[in-house]
Amino acid sequence: MADAGLPLGRRDPWTEPPMGLLAELTHRCPLQCPYCSNPLELERASDELSTAEWCRVLDEAEALGVLQVHLSGGEPTARQDLEAIVAHARGLGLYTNLITAGVLLDERRLQALREAGLDHVQLSFQGAKPETSDRIGGYRGGHAKKVAVGRAVRAVGLPLTVNAVVHRQNLDELEDMIGLALELGAHRIEVAHVQYYGWALLNRAALMPTREQLEAATAIVERARRELRGRLVIDYVIPDYWAKRPKPCMGGWGSNVLNVTPQGKVMPCHAAASIPGLTFASVREHPLRWIWQESPAFQVFRGTDWLPEPCRSCERKEIDFGGCRCQALALTGDPTATDPACELSPFHRALFEVASAESTAPPPPFVYRRPMREAPALGPVRLQA
Amino acid sequence: MSLAALAETDTVGLPPWVRLRFDRVRDRWVLLAPERVLFPCPTSVLILERLGDRRRLGEVIDALAEEFSAPRATISADVRRMLQDLADQGFLSVEARETMHG
Repeated sequence: MADAGLPLGRRDPWTEPPMGLLAELTHRCPLQCPYCSNPLELERASDELSTAEWCRVLDEAEALGVLQVHLSGGEPTARQDLEAIVAHARGLGLYTNLITAGVLLDERRLQALREAGLDHVQLSFQGAKPETSDRIGGYRGGHAKKVAVGRAVRAVGLPLTVNAVVHRQNLDELEDMIGLALELGAHRIEVAHVQYYGWALLNRAALMPTREQLEAATAIVERARRELRGRLVIDYVIPDYWAKRPKPCMGGWGSNVLNVTPQGKVMPCHAAASIPGLTFASVREHPLRWIWQESPAFQVFRGTDWLPEPCRSCERKEIDFGGCRCQALALTGDPTATDPACELSPFHRALFEVASAESTAPPPPFVYRRPMREAPALGPVRLQA
Repeated sequence: MSLAALAETDTVGLPPWVRLRFDRVRDRWVLLAPERVLFPCPTSVLILERLGDRRRLGEVIDALAEEFSAPRATISADVRRMLQDLADQGFLSVEARETMHG
């Protein structure tokens, strides 16, 4: 699709400050999760931003109003300068959150990160049982390492969130994942159903839970929230395909978060590169302030003026902003369409039927995320209205 | 286990994953926690500043009642409401002074 297919976008500079910066320090990762959230085309290690460049980005982000920096990847601990980046961010007063798979960490490095000023660690688990976790992450021995790293996080005195990405092949371990979070001394667990963009869309049929699985999981979360109130915070993200209304993707396009890729491209969300016709400015060529306030890729879906019907006259338009642009594009071919997760979308019925059919058929094998592999072509995923 | 109502003998404070700081860009106080940012009202900031590292709830109420020459019962109700709300969201650490108590 050419640029002509995109809205003109907002013209006045956006003066609201961003809250968070998602710093994708690298796309390198030892795990091969079939729902990897990095783009289909990964950026090369040799082109990654240097330590000095990241420090400058953090300076600009803080001046712009960013309060929290999420150090992510790929696997951010693959960068040997992580401590220096953390120290710089913390020196600026930024809240520093490390989002890690953990398998490259040990207690010594965690101690160094704590001394650098790290505020918080989010450690991912792919299941509660070692065999499940290792199979899904495609990394033998990974689960045992993660458990050891979770203990080490607490041993050095860092606060811990357990990240549990759930789907049809690990949902029966959800209670045990909550138990694992408690056992490790985590104060929070994030239970997030897979969202089907990018690589996860390739594996949708292998991951889609049944309606019954989703309902059972929601009941487990609600009970655990009641029973563990004040002890464990549980954040819960449900899958779009079984939803009635879409999520406000990233809290609204260009409203809260900046995502900086390993090479310094700045995007409103980590999947935005999937939308053809958008050009993302780089911190190597432009000030972060200009990128946030005025660059076309941030302005294009800002606010509600660009919204099509039925969003335009919807009372929820300031709540969900029409949902996710990347999902609208992937499933309808039109990035300006109403997210099919919304029951008012003409594609919603077809979305529901896909979820029903795929979740009840035997799961196909995973297409693992392998670093050196060519991005496979995404098969026919477009829905019929 | 649901969280019991706060007792005056409880020690309360911000847990290590929560930070209160002044944000000069927005010109207001912010409370930072994993994936959450709260913008506490000026009254809440007064309370949060007086928690210090960690302190007994009764002492926090005494200090505010004296400082603002306000009835202790009024201050107590405001402080409890605000701290209970924070505790429920996981933004407050609470330690009972005696574990066998009540």
